[in-house]
Amino acid sequence: MAGQKVTGHRLLLRHRDIPDIGQFDVYTGQGGFETFKKVVTSMPPDEIKQIVLDSGLRGRGGAGFPAGRKWMFVDNNNWPHYLVVNADESEPGTFKDREIMEKNPWQFFEGIMCTAFAIGANDIYIYLRGEFWQVAHQLDQQIQKLHEEKLLGENLFGTDYSLNIYTHLGAGAYICGEETALLNSMEGIMGQPRLRPPFPPAVGLYNKPTVVNNVETLANVALILEKGAQWYRSFGTEESAGTKVFSLSGKVNKPGNYELPFGATYRELIYEYGGGIVNGNKIKGIMSAGASSSVIVATDEALDTPMAYETVRNLGADLGSASIIVLDETVDMRWLVNKTIHFFKHESCGKCTPCREGNFWMQSLTERIWKGGASQNDVHLLQDVATNMQGKCLCALGEFSTMAVISSIERFSEDFKV
Amino acid sequence: MNAFQQKYATEIEAILSKYPADRKRSAVMPLLYIAQREGGYVTKKEMSEIAEILDITPTEVASIIGFYTLYHEKPGGKYRIQVCNDLPCALRGADEFLEKLCENVGIQVGETTEDGLVTIEGVMCLAACDKAPMFQVQTGEGIAYHEDQTLESTMALIESWKQQEKED
Repeated sequence: MAGQKVTGHRLLLRHRDIPDIGQFDVYTGQGGFETFKKVVTSMPPDEIKQIVLDSGLRGRGGAGFPAGRKWMFVDNNNWPHYLVVNADESEPGTFKDREIMEKNPWQFFEGIMCTAFAIGANDIYIYLRGEFWQVAHQLDQQIQKLHEEKLLGENLFGTDYSLNIYTHLGAGAYICGEETALLNSMEGIMGQPRLRPPFPPAVGLYNKPTVVNNVETLANVALILEKGAQWYRSFGTEESAGTKVFSLSGKVNKPGNYELPFGATYRELIYEYGGGIVNGNKIKGIMSAGASSSVIVATDEALDTPMAYETVRNLGADLGSASIIVLDETVDMRWLVNKTIHFFKHESCGKCTPCREGNFWMQSLTERIWKGGASQNDVHLLQDVATNMQGKCLCALGEFSTMAVISSIERFSEDFKV
Repeated sequence: MNAFQQKYATEIEAILSKYPADRKRSAVMPLLYIAQREGGYVTKKEMSEIAEILDITPTEVASIIGFYTLYHEKPGGKYRIQVCNDLPCALRGADEFLEKLCENVGIQVGETTEDGLVTIEGVMCLAACDKAPMFQVQTGEGIAYHEDQTLESTMALIESWKQQEKED
């Protein structure tokens, strides 16, 4: 591990260090939008993409795909190109993008604007979940301000580059966080996933090459271009560069967002920053990636595991969007899986039969297992249904819905003795 | 030009200008929000009008309303209190909060008060897990978050709506 370099250094939640950074003048006073100007007036797009690739920036939406690599896939024989920002933030336990957009909006804007230039896009759509109504309203006003400041519009800085940003509100559907479902939703049809390939950088919004990236991912970009790939790599680990905003929720004393370098441990996050477990209770389990996560047994070894893409995997789970839901000894795992399945059954878009039907049947089983009247056979049947759903759906939702179920029954078998 | 289009002409034009001219179907979601502004739900007539503006069928518009949770085909309370009782909020007492709130208001989850003022619903994660119990209030005008709530603060909020009704 490259390591444990700087702890507690904030690159994204900078409003906690510079309280008024949400004001345009304060942000520009910190050198804000200088990078965007430099990018548009003097940096070739290929160089920008290479810097971002070299920085090791990975997609923060959950999949962890290298951002620079994704941008390089954009088809330069098909125009126009689009940048679509995924601000659908709907994974239970995830609330980081909202804080970034609300509190440090100009850095977010500068990041998406630099990205648009790099991929040759003249239009950016920010797709926000419908519930972020107030955030969208705020962003709309700020987009207006950017036009007034001549940072958006035609012929920026006297070049032939033009850029516009539009917000687009969803209306309550978890599946629209999946990038191809999001694109369908934007096109005015039901938000159901598309068959991939082709991937969006080849065929995306309106059948044009499109980059879809998460808010947090793109909020890093201007800083990387200002300070360089090597600087960015001084945070985090070899395979997981930079910092991450960890959303901490559940049975901890101080839930909230904590930005730490990749490689910080669960113990640091939960006990140092999160103030430990409520009522001094014993910790029981950790969901590392929201409701989509396998449940990790909170052993000492697990607590001392560095939070990075490459290390969380060793615990039979994924880093994902790094929404950490903490479970204490009072949580019955039968209750937990009933909750997660209730969510996935509600959110399954209905396109793939294994997901639609599987979640329906899993819900009737988890209800019975939690509320009484189940036999041990029902637990086996639940395991069987979940296992049979895996690998059979177009998008990850179907797969994710089975994670908590299968891991809980395996790792917390005591709770499932009928 | 139909009645809906006439009524909101400037706004509709601004929305359509966000999307390529041959992709105006993208405007279906924002137009549905406009349709909900007055009554809090979309009428059959508005579905047809929106369909006409966007060159799609009323059935296609209906499919969008049915797919998403924030569009409504039937009237509900003027204020829809949508309490998140998904996993992270439930770990911080959201189920109990929702139950007590319903008890105090005198309705069940999903129901509307007799005066038509309040509907209470249980909803999925609203991305405010560190500030549970929390809910959003959906009205025709939009959506507002209310975080770190107690039964008392929520009842006071409902009371303020009642007062406002009297004044109006």
